[in-house]
Amino acid sequence: MLKQTSAITAINIKSIPERWASSLVIVVGLAGVVAVFTALLAMRAGFESTLKASGRTDEAMVMRGGSDDEINSGLDRDSIDIIEQSPGIRLGADGKRLASAEMLVITELVRKHDIKDGVNITMRGVEPDAFALRPQLKIVEGRNFTPGLRELIVGRGVTRQFEGAAPGNVVRMRGSDWTVVGVFETGDAYESELWADLQVARTTFDRKGASSVLVALDGPGGFDTLKASLAADPRLSVDVIRQQDYFSGQTKQFRQTIGVLASVVTGIMALGAIFAALNSMYAAVATRSKEIATLRAIGFGGAPVLVSVMIEALFLALVGGLLGASIAYVLFNDLSVSTLGQSFTQVVFSFKITPALVARGLIISLIIGMLGGFLPALRATRLPVVDALRAA
Amino acid sequence: MTRAGFISASLFRKKTRTILTVLSVVMAFLLFGLLQALTHVFSGGANFVGATRLVTQARVSFTQPLPVSMLPKLESVPGVARVTHAQWFGGVWQTNTPVFTFAVDPSSYHDVYSEWVMPEEQWRTFATTRTAMVAGKMIADQLGWKVGQKIPLASNIYPQKGGSKAWAFDLVGIYDGKDDASKKQTMQVFINHDYFDEANDFAKGRTNFFTLKLAPDANPEAIGKAIDAMFENSPDETKTQTEKDFNLGFVKQLGDIGLMVRWILFAVFFTLLLVVGNTMAQSVRERVPELAVLKTLGFTDGSVLGFVLAESVALCLLGGLIGLGLATVLGGAVEKMTGGQFQLPVDGFVWSVGIATIAAMSLAVGLLPALRAQRLRIVDALAAR
Repeated sequence: MLKQTSAITAINIKSIPERWASSLVIVVGLAGVVAVFTALLAMRAGFESTLKASGRTDEAMVMRGGSDDEINSGLDRDSIDIIEQSPGIRLGADGKRLASAEMLVITELVRKHDIKDGVNITMRGVEPDAFALRPQLKIVEGRNFTPGLRELIVGRGVTRQFEGAAPGNVVRMRGSDWTVVGVFETGDAYESELWADLQVARTTFDRKGASSVLVALDGPGGFDTLKASLAADPRLSVDVIRQQDYFSGQTKQFRQTIGVLASVVTGIMALGAIFAALNSMYAAVATRSKEIATLRAIGFGGAPVLVSVMIEALFLALVGGLLGASIAYVLFNDLSVSTLGQSFTQVVFSFKITPALVARGLIISLIIGMLGGFLPALRATRLPVVDALRAA
Repeated sequence: MTRAGFISASLFRKKTRTILTVLSVVMAFLLFGLLQALTHVFSGGANFVGATRLVTQARVSFTQPLPVSMLPKLESVPGVARVTHAQWFGGVWQTNTPVFTFAVDPSSYHDVYSEWVMPEEQWRTFATTRTAMVAGKMIADQLGWKVGQKIPLASNIYPQKGGSKAWAFDLVGIYDGKDDASKKQTMQVFINHDYFDEANDFAKGRTNFFTLKLAPDANPEAIGKAIDAMFENSPDETKTQTEKDFNLGFVKQLGDIGLMVRWILFAVFFTLLLVVGNTMAQSVRERVPELAVLKTLGFTDGSVLGFVLAESVALCLLGGLIGLGLATVLGGAVEKMTGGQFQLPVDGFVWSVGIATIAAMSLAVGLLPALRAQRLRIVDALAAR
């Protein structure tokens, strides 16, 4: 049985080049499905990993109660002072509590190759502790801004996607001119932002407080201590959220949208591919009906024939799937794009094709191959031997 | 036997093959229809009411508010007929449903947005009741709101005096659109700006957008430039653009959706070309002797070419039309299911692009086999060489 199966399978697979046109249909069809599937999900994976990397579990954000998003939040100076002195916050190297009040201002830059419309970019005014709170931040070009001056450092994502933010450029925002002095990399969502000194941003934009306060938590119990002490203070109405939870909340909508799009598009494409695969495998069985009948006549059983046809379909499906995944990898992996994030500003991220995604794509293509191979395989075993041998 | 009969007979010579091929074409055009509708919506081709209005916002971003006191200055610009303003409220219904809520000045809003219709009396109540709210028909139906109810609505931006973000308004009217296009956009909720301005603890005398209705013969571009020049170098610099550009700019921020869709469609159609092309080639290959007989009987080379082409056209047309039909039905279903929030109109535009694609497809897959059939030499073909 096993010997029979492998013998027939070997014949089948060796004869594929003879029937390359119809085999190609399966391979290309599945390559298309897998490429689209992998690319769409790679976009989602990239967006998620960008935002997930932004969040640490040992840091927390404090925002005005009920604001859900930094951009909606606003805290006045008194509240900020109280928050920054609260228990539960770890002490920094200078012996003071490690906390940075940060102010978000939406500004506008123009996407590369697009002259007309600007898109919203986040500008973040930060306190000195902001850098200690984000050890992943590295200045890769130029230098950091000088406190007290209207200087900006810009994220690597911003310089990649948008015009006019390279070091040396002057960015005009709300009637004020800012000089770009450096570029930073963080590998997460902050890379889509412009950073400046909080005090300068405050005076320039005539704001009093800040949007949020980022704090380092003091050990595992720090979060609860901080939350309890802020909740107990009647002068405050604030929400405390772990930084990672904040960012994963931000990806929810995008995750859902891409998830729906990917399942609808790949679902329809997969159906089409199943029909195409059925067609090709029927044709493959039909052109070999004489050969199959001969095998049956000399004593090969029905099961080995069935299995061999299935294996051929699966083999072609696997080749197609691998081809599709490689196409997606070559075209899209690390492709940098940007979209509108939850706070109405641009988030720059890259497509990430992970091994897990490739595996899922291959599984889909094998399932399609199985579905497309089964009926034709069944037909092959049921061929009436005598008629098939007689047919021209 | 008529020619049409002959063609359908040869198409259904191998039933399974034809049906499977048609089904793959159906799937391809189903996807085509849906994705085209999606890009069409995103490119702003659909959904715009003709009225030319200008939108004035802060130069850098509409999230930065402008003072309401700019209104008389805007209204005095020649060519501007009426000006109204709207402020984003950040409305949230129950725990997590965002509601497009704007604080507006009722009477000028009514004048500028003539596409929203509601009995005049309700407009008056809206203007005179401080805590009034009016809602679009679609959103009201979706959330089950009735006129006369007190609607609790939270804001994720603005606290009231005292710090609470839970607001409540009296629903005094439900507006509808005056034509089919605007009926599909009644998703917004309006509240009274005077009350909002007084009761909130955050922004005073500020608004996000001004909408300018122009005089009939006005030049929108020139007026936009004049306004932006007027406020240049002031603390509140402006950006004025037509409503259509404003909406497009917003959509563009989502990123290049068109590009993504083009990639997907490219993958789909490349595959399809191969599937259908292979079927056609195979069916011609199998019928070489028959085609030779036809020629022997006196059918010209041209008519044999015609037969084969007609088969491929029939295949693609059948599959393509069913696919586009399915897309239309599904698009409508999506619109119903989401209560009109997400529209996927597979309309005349999508159909005409679809039919052009069908025509191109049929030629692309049919031409090679058809030429082969045309060039057959009777002697060789009959001898099956």
